[in-house]
Amino acid sequence: MTDRSSDDVQSPWVGWALFLPAAAFLAAFTYYPAIATLIESLFSNAKAGRAARFVGLDNYAAMIDDPIFWNALANNAWFALGTIPASIGLAIGMALLVNRALPGRALVRMSYFAPTILAMVAVANIWLFIFAPQIGLLNMATAWLGLAPHNWLGQPSTALASVTAVAIWKEAGFFMIFYLAALQNMPANLAEAAAIEGASRWYYFWKVTFPLLMPTTLFVLVNAVVNAFRLVDHIIVMTKGGPDNASMLLLYYIYEVGFKYWDTSYAAAMSMVLLAILGAVAIGQFLILDRRTHYR
Amino acid sequence: MKHKAMRLLMAVAAFAAAMAALPARAVEISFYYPIAVSGPLTKIIEGMVADFEKANPGITVKPIYSGNYGETLAKALTANKSGQPPQVAVLVASDALTVIDEDAVAPMENFVKTADDKAWLDGFFPALMMNGRYEGKTYGVPFQRSTQVMYWNKAAFKEAGLDPNRPPANWDELVEYGKKLTVKDASGKVTRWGLIIPSGVTSHWFLQGFTTQNRAKLTNDSGTETYLNTPEAIEALQFWVDLSRKYQVMQPGIIDTGAAPNEFIDGRAAIMFHSTGNLTNVKNNAKFDFGVAMLPERKQRGSATGGGSIYIFKKSTPEQLDASFKFVKWMTSAEQAARWSIGTGYVAGRQDAWNLPVMKKYAQDFPPAAVALQQLPYCAPEFSTHDGPRTTKALEDAIDASITGTKTPAKALADAQAEATRILRSYKR
Amino acid sequence: MSVGAETTFQKVLETAAAWMLGVLWALPLLYAAWAAFHLAGDSTRFDLAAPLTWKNFAYVWAAAPFPRYFLNTFLLVTLIIIVQFTLSTLAGYAFARFRWPGRNVMFVLVLLQLMIMPDVLIVENYGTMAKLGLVDTIVAIGMPYFGSAFGIFLMRQTFKSIPRELDDAARIEGAGTMLTLLKVYVPLAKPVYLAYGLVSVSYHWNNFLWPLIVTNSVTSRPLTVGLQIFSSGDQGIDWSIITAATLLSAGPLLVAFLLFQRQFVQSFLRAGIR
Repeated sequence: MTDRSSDDVQSPWVGWALFLPAAAFLAAFTYYPAIATLIESLFSNAKAGRAARFVGLDNYAAMIDDPIFWNALANNAWFALGTIPASIGLAIGMALLVNRALPGRALVRMSYFAPTILAMVAVANIWLFIFAPQIGLLNMATAWLGLAPHNWLGQPSTALASVTAVAIWKEAGFFMIFYLAALQNMPANLAEAAAIEGASRWYYFWKVTFPLLMPTTLFVLVNAVVNAFRLVDHIIVMTKGGPDNASMLLLYYIYEVGFKYWDTSYAAAMSMVLLAILGAVAIGQFLILDRRTHYR
Repeated sequence: MKHKAMRLLMAVAAFAAAMAALPARAVEISFYYPIAVSGPLTKIIEGMVADFEKANPGITVKPIYSGNYGETLAKALTANKSGQPPQVAVLVASDALTVIDEDAVAPMENFVKTADDKAWLDGFFPALMMNGRYEGKTYGVPFQRSTQVMYWNKAAFKEAGLDPNRPPANWDELVEYGKKLTVKDASGKVTRWGLIIPSGVTSHWFLQGFTTQNRAKLTNDSGTETYLNTPEAIEALQFWVDLSRKYQVMQPGIIDTGAAPNEFIDGRAAIMFHSTGNLTNVKNNAKFDFGVAMLPERKQRGSATGGGSIYIFKKSTPEQLDASFKFVKWMTSAEQAARWSIGTGYVAGRQDAWNLPVMKKYAQDFPPAAVALQQLPYCAPEFSTHDGPRTTKALEDAIDASITGTKTPAKALADAQAEATRILRSYKR
Repeated sequence: MSVGAETTFQKVLETAAAWMLGVLWALPLLYAAWAAFHLAGDSTRFDLAAPLTWKNFAYVWAAAPFPRYFLNTFLLVTLIIIVQFTLSTLAGYAFARFRWPGRNVMFVLVLLQLMIMPDVLIVENYGTMAKLGLVDTIVAIGMPYFGSAFGIFLMRQTFKSIPRELDDAARIEGAGTMLTLLKVYVPLAKPVYLAYGLVSVSYHWNNFLWPLIVTNSVTSRPLTVGLQIFSSGDQGIDWSIITAATLLSAGPLLVAFLLFQRQFVQSFLRAGIR
């Protein structure tokens, strides 16, 4: 199949006209506030009896000296490493499993997807219940296996792993839906051709299915990276970043600094850093992978 | 001609009279309130507001439920920054310095004019006014306040051979009773812990029980200095840590504050330290006889005060400020304070409320309700400094680290003290 | 004809794996259902003889004006879906099939928006709503989300995957830009719209922080804010009440998903050029 991107219609008017409505809302509620936030990060906070004054990069300097910031960043990196491959891998697996005829398929599909439609705030309470030291499901299971009970959320060694598990549980089904939609769109003749040639299922998957799923994978990957930084609702309910910052994630720290400490200029500075990191990662991914992606 | 003129005159007079009789346009104020106790309490608030409006026909109050304490503060300050603040809000008593520093609230002294007003302001319990005082003025008055109290399971006491009507009176007895009350099964796994003391959110509040009992003062009055690693403070935290790590009468690791009452109610812990605000929950759900007492003493009895006070926001019109003051006075008057206290289990903040027949009967029928009141003379204000949430976090990180064994209490508190000093540097004048 | 020799054993293994994973994934929900239908004392024990009860749901229902909250939430997500679909389709089409000056830069900017979490911009957006006089309205909750980078990105990827042969065919028949969009692209993207719809609805059904800040009264408050009343701290967590509240608010979504599942599958079968 040839690359027909040169057949894109050359038309500034139509192109812009189609884009403009969405662009207007994006500008008003994302770009304008974001720029306002950037400006705010260069000033000090206005307090009683003291107006805001320009302080240049002071907030950024304070950030470099802040151990909790670095802690949050490190935790976020681990959290991303834990959630991204696992949830994407599971999503592909689930989509493949559910794509074929399976007894009880509708039920299985629903249980994979159900976590997505529940409010994170609500499921966090359910997981709090599951992780509870004495009465929780997890400790009941480990007791049955003869292991000692453990305070999963209350010990620094396991707090981050526990919230990572919750995130994977919530995300996998979400990504599965997009893979499912993509799988349904795959041409049947490819499978037939491969069958004729005697290809094994593994081979077929790696050489045919997976590459054809690349547009979806790219999409899912970008979202997974963003979500690794955006998902903090469960932290709000379950650990509040503790114990002793063991599960502190960057966005949660920004929220605390902005809405609990009311140090809005420092929160603005950290938001800018977060944006820069995500921007670099996502755009990098996109630029590298988009070129390699096979569109039709 | 004269007839007509007379009629005209009368019409004008009638019109003028009618205009004069029209009520002045109603003043509208909005009231943010949090619920830290669950559910149908919004109905009580709405009832109180309706009664206020009946007694004050020129004023309309819009009660707005705004989440928990943290969310209410976030909502109030966000609205304040955007130029549309509420007129009145209930916020945590120790948030006072935060809202003062944001230039959001007005001191009560601005509105106290008559002798009646003064009597109202002076009628609150001094212990509950400490958090609201700053530079000689009062910024928040008690609305739904609390202290820590000790709940104990009388049936469990009997089982362990202890007198069910005699709770532990001091730290040594606490350990002794705790050991007797801790029950293990055949495999050595604990089925009931002697104690449960929350160390999740607001762990600083629970630490303050121990520090107050050990006479450790954690901050100065103006909120510009902290004293987190005095020997007395370290001793207090060490005792708390020892309860699980050394004496093994309490579950190790961080104990979730919201989950703790269930552990007590379900019989998995025999003694619980928690807010008096949990009284109704325990009363309704515990299937055993329980008692409530002041916390065990060391050098003295003690606890921190907690809960919410009611504030007047300053960026309002003069009519709104006036109306706000009337509303605040009314909501914290003896009758309303009694009504709210009986409905929620929080402590009514003024003596004349407790003197009302309805409160006397309530205290008689349900003595646990009066324990917090008895403890008030021994109470310290809730931990509060400038940039309070930040310094509180430093303290709570120290508690976390000590309880999980990552640091010794001495090191943890020293680190917290260093952090707090750094945070407060710009506030020292 | 299927690829590779697939033994019955493999098939059974796969079915078993799918099922086990399904049960594992559903456990938290099942656990919640158990707690919601039992009284607080029984919720933590798995005594099959313990009595089932509706009391928790009755309590939750009585404690807040649920019908109104449901209505508000329903209006909110409907509004958002309609506007998002329209704007994202138009913009996605522009990126997928047109070349215009600044296109690549704009797309990078759109991607950037994916990273800007609305929660961080709450204070500024509240100020904007105050200026527009829209505070405490359902429109105010939805407006910051009308322009959706997620949607634009998704539609761009989807439209790019549609074979140009179809475009050519439409052009031969004399169809202009908009007609091609409506008759060729949109119908083919139906499964993706369904997926997007599901995702967007659940995000906005469950959004909490921004609606909390921007709404004040029962007439605009959505479910999540109204239900927050049960999760609050001082009185201790009642698992039965919280799980009942969770199920009550998620119920409609779960039911809708069950219903839409069939639509989902049917649309897959009907879509496509096979």
